[in-house]
Amino acid sequence: MRLVVDGLASIRSGRPVFSNLGFSLNSGAALAITGPNGAGKSSLLRIVAGLLPASEGKVRLEGGDAETPLAEEAHYLGHRDALKPALSPFETLLFWQSLFGRPLRSPLEALETVGLAHAANLPSAYLSAGQRRRLALARLIVTHRPLWLLDEPTSALDAASETMFSALVIEHLAAGGMAMVATHAPLDFPCERLVMGGRP
Amino acid sequence: MMAAFIALFRRDLALAARIGGGAGVGLVFFLMLVTIMPFAVGPDMALLARIGPAILWVAALLATLIGLDRLFQADDEDGSLDLLRMSPLPLPLVVLAKGLAHWISTGLPLALAAPVLGLLLALEPKALLAVTVTLLVGTPALTFIGAIGAALTAGMRRGGLILSVLVMPLMIPVLIFGISATSAALGGSIPFMTPFSILVALALFAFVSGTVAASLAIQNAEG
Repeated sequence: MRLVVDGLASIRSGRPVFSNLGFSLNSGAALAITGPNGAGKSSLLRIVAGLLPASEGKVRLEGGDAETPLAEEAHYLGHRDALKPALSPFETLLFWQSLFGRPLRSPLEALETVGLAHAANLPSAYLSAGQRRRLALARLIVTHRPLWLLDEPTSALDAASETMFSALVIEHLAAGGMAMVATHAPLDFPCERLVMGGRP
Repeated sequence: MMAAFIALFRRDLALAARIGGGAGVGLVFFLMLVTIMPFAVGPDMALLARIGPAILWVAALLATLIGLDRLFQADDEDGSLDLLRMSPLPLPLVVLAKGLAHWISTGLPLALAAPVLGLLLALEPKALLAVTVTLLVGTPALTFIGAIGAALTAGMRRGGLILSVLVMPLMIPVLIFGISATSAALGGSIPFMTPFSILVALALFAFVSGTVAASLAIQNAEG
C-alpha cells in the first residue's frame, strides 16, 4: 500500500498556507512533519483525512480496496481527544470499535497497552490530560486502519508514555501500516522527514 | 453498517441520560411554560380549554428549540464530529441516528407529558388524546427540521439564537397543521384525518430533507 500526495495546495480564508506539496509514503514507513507554527502541518493532516478540502492537488491511496474511501482507511488523532466526559474509557473504546468496524484489539487489551486498565470503568471526566491523550491513542489500536494521521500525538504525555507511543507506532509500521506525524518533539523511531516552510 | 448505526444511537441515548446530557432540560422548560399559563390567563376554564392545545403545541415547539443547539455542537467541540465523518457509516445515517436519539430523549417525553399537563389547562379527554397523538407525530418533524439549523450552527459559540431564528419559520407549517388537527378532532367542519395526514406528510418530509440537508451542512463546514 502506498500513499501518494501530488501537487497539494491549501488556502485557508483567502491566505495560502502551502502549495505544490508532493510526496509519497510506502507501506511500513513513517513521515515526520515539522515546521514552525502556522506552516500548515495540521491543515495537511486534515486534508489527507478528508476533513478539509484541498484547493488544488490530490491525495490517493494505492493498493487498497478501491471501494473504500481514504477517510475510512485512516485514523485521525487531532488536537482534541474526542472523548465524552460522561463515558468511561471502556465504553468509549467499545463505541468507536463498533462504529468503525474491523476490530484489532479488544477495548480491555488496548487499555492495558496504554496503561489505563485500572481506570477502565471510571467516567473519563476524572482522567488527567495525559491519561486522556493515552485513551485517544488507545482508539488507534482497537480498530485496524492502515494510515495513522497524528497531530502532536505526544502532547501532555510523560516520558514513559512517549516510549509506549513509539512502541505502538513501531508495531503498526511493522505490520505494514503507515503514519504521518506532525510534531515538534523528536521521534525515536526511523522516519522520513517533511519540513514545511515557514512563512515570512 | 447496522451495528455502527445502533452503536451511535445507543451512545447518544446514554450520553443524554447521564449527568450533563440535558435530556431533562426541554421537559422542565415545557412544564414551566404550561404551568404558568393558567396564572397568566386567569381562572377562566372555558378560555383555557379553548386555547389549551395551542399552548401545549407552542410550548412543545419552544422546548424542542431549547435543546437543539447541542445536537452537533457537543461533538464538534470535542473533535468527535471529525471522527464521525471518517466512519464507514454514511453521514446522513449519522445524522439520522443522532436525530432519533435526540428525539427519544427530548421530543418523546414532551408528547408523553402533554396529557398530564393538559389537565392543568382543563382540556377534555378527547382533546388530551388529540394533542398527544399530534405531538407524537409532530415532535420528530420539529427535531429533524431543527437538525438542519443545528448542523449549520455546530461550529458557532452561542449558536442557539441563530438556530432558533433559522428554523422557527420552517417549523410553522408543522405548528399550523398540528393545531388544526387537534381542533378538528374536537369538532368542526373538517374531518380530523385531513390536517393530520398533512402533518404526517410534513414529518416524513422533515425526516428525509432534514437528514440530507444537515449532513450536507456538516460535510461542507470549514474546520
